[in-house]
Parts: sequence; C-alpha cells; structure tokens
Amino acid sequence: MGYRPSPEGDGASAISAKIVIAGGFGVGKTTFVGSVSEVPTLSTEALMTEVSAPVDDLEETPDKTTTTVAMDFGRITLDSELVLYLFGTPGQPRFWFMWDDLVRGALGAVILVDTRRLSDCFPAVNYFENDCDVPFIIAVNQFDDAPVYPLEEVREALAVGPNVPIVNCDAREGVDARGVLTEAIKHALAVTG
Amino acid sequence: MTNNSRKSARVRPYLVTGGRTRSRRPLLLETLISVVEFDPALEKTLIPESWRIYELCRSRQSVAEISTRLKLPLGVVRVLVCDLSDQGRVRVHATSIDSEQDQRDLLERVLRGLQTIS
Repeated sequence: MGYRPSPEGDGASAISAKIVIAGGFGVGKTTFVGSVSEVPTLSTEALMTEVSAPVDDLEETPDKTTTTVAMDFGRITLDSELVLYLFGTPGQPRFWFMWDDLVRGALGAVILVDTRRLSDCFPAVNYFENDCDVPFIIAVNQFDDAPVYPLEEVREALAVGPNVPIVNCDAREGVDARGVLTEAIKHALAVTG
Repeated sequence: MTNNSRKSARVRPYLVTGGRTRSRRPLLLETLISVVEFDPALEKTLIPESWRIYELCRSRQSVAEISTRLKLPLGVVRVLVCDLSDQGRVRVHATSIDSEQDQRDLLERVLRGLQTIS
C-alpha cells in the first residue's frame, strides 16, 4: 500500500562501484573504457605535488613541482540505483604513488596486456599481486598486427599463478570489453568465497 | 531528511579529506553525491566552488565526475564535498566499502547488470 518508486532513482539507496583497468602505457586502457562506457570517456585531473627532497629535510623549501595526472574513466548504469565506474590507471610508472587511491574500494581489476610489449605490464602485475588485495584478471588486448600466442604461454611469460584468469579481447569492441568485465566480477565472486 | 547513519559513524583513519573526520563515508573516486533538497538561497552563502558543486549535484554525480565537469582538482572536490555533507546539504552515497554493504550481494548485482546489458 502506498509504495511509490523513488523519483528518478535518486533515492538514498543509490550505490556505486568500480573496476580498475590497469596496464602499460598505450596498451588500450582508454579504448577499453571508451568501448563500454555510456558516456564519452572522461578525464579527471589530480593535482599532485611531487617533493624531490627527502621528507625529513628541514630546509625551508624543498624542491616541489606540481604535476597534473590525468585519469580516464567511464560509466555504466547497471540499474536505477547502481552505477559502475571504470577507471584507467595512469600509464606512466612515476605516478604509481596514486594507485592506492585509485584502487581503494575496487571490486576487481583488469590488467590489459599487449603481447608485443609484455614487460610493460609487469609493474601492474606486481602491484596487484603484492601491494593490494583487489582480485585481478589478465586480458590480452589482441592488436591486429600482433602475433597470437596461446593464453597458457602468456601466463607462463607473466609468471602468474593458475588461479588468475587470462582472457583474450579486442578492446575496441564493447561486447569483448563487457565480457572481460564479467570475467573480472566472476573471479572476484570466486575469491570472495 | 533523515540523519540516522550513526551506526556507521566509526572514524575511518584513511579519510582523505584534509584530516577532517566527521564524514560518515569515505569519498572514493566513484562515490556518488546528490543534493538532499535544493535550496537556491545557498548561492549567497556558499563559496563559488561549493555552490557550483552543489548545483551540479542536483543530479547524482561521482566525485570524479564533479572534478571533471567543474575542472577542480580531486583534492579540492573532496574537501568541499565533505563540508557540504557536514552541513547536511548533500548526500554521500554508499560504495563497496560501506560498512553495511554485503560484498557478495554487490558483486552479484553487478554481474547481473553486466549480463543484462550485454
């Protein structure tokens, strides 16, 4: 009796979640986010102050440079009360200090891999294996001119355990990207137990 | 307006909003913010940046979207949103790390959602 849908789904129970898309510079993270996002890929800028002097230095003004780091992200509205965000990590290794902020609360992560430049993703693999507890999967972004390797060979080359799912995808295809996200969530469910 | 989220009022040590500890929920990049009840008179009392955030959040926005649309650094957005929240002007919505959120439920909901739109 008397129940009414909340106006425009803008009620207090709305919730958001995120999946992080990691990988080396130029591996297709922005393309991946763009192919599934319902809005054009957005970019937010985090103003960073890099201190190049030791923290304990009592000198009056340590050398500081202010750097702007851009993070690409996209949005998928899953139902009127649930919004999923995708965040691409900044590719340059020197911005790693901000990964903790980016990754906090993530349901899962996808590490995109380009088989022609496999080592570019090693830092991301290291981070998710050692420095945080967000469940991750590997997605090989199959570039048109890249050789196709069996996924088990990729696994061996990356030295990730058998418990980490590895899938193929074409980051330009929304269907593929959604498939990868689905795998990431399934994996998160599996390890959540 | 109900203000009964006292249950989850435990202080979270990693709050990133300039050391303030009164916000009940941490402001992640994806945290949704919405105006509780729009009051145009606030234009006179809020600082311009806060007013712009307030106005934008008449429709639900994430912290990252606020930063992008208003071209404000994330750190600034977090502090100002935190203040607006303390004043009861905006609602800070739940995320996966909300203390009352069942992680498994949320994952299943996201999975269903992804499969539906596929």
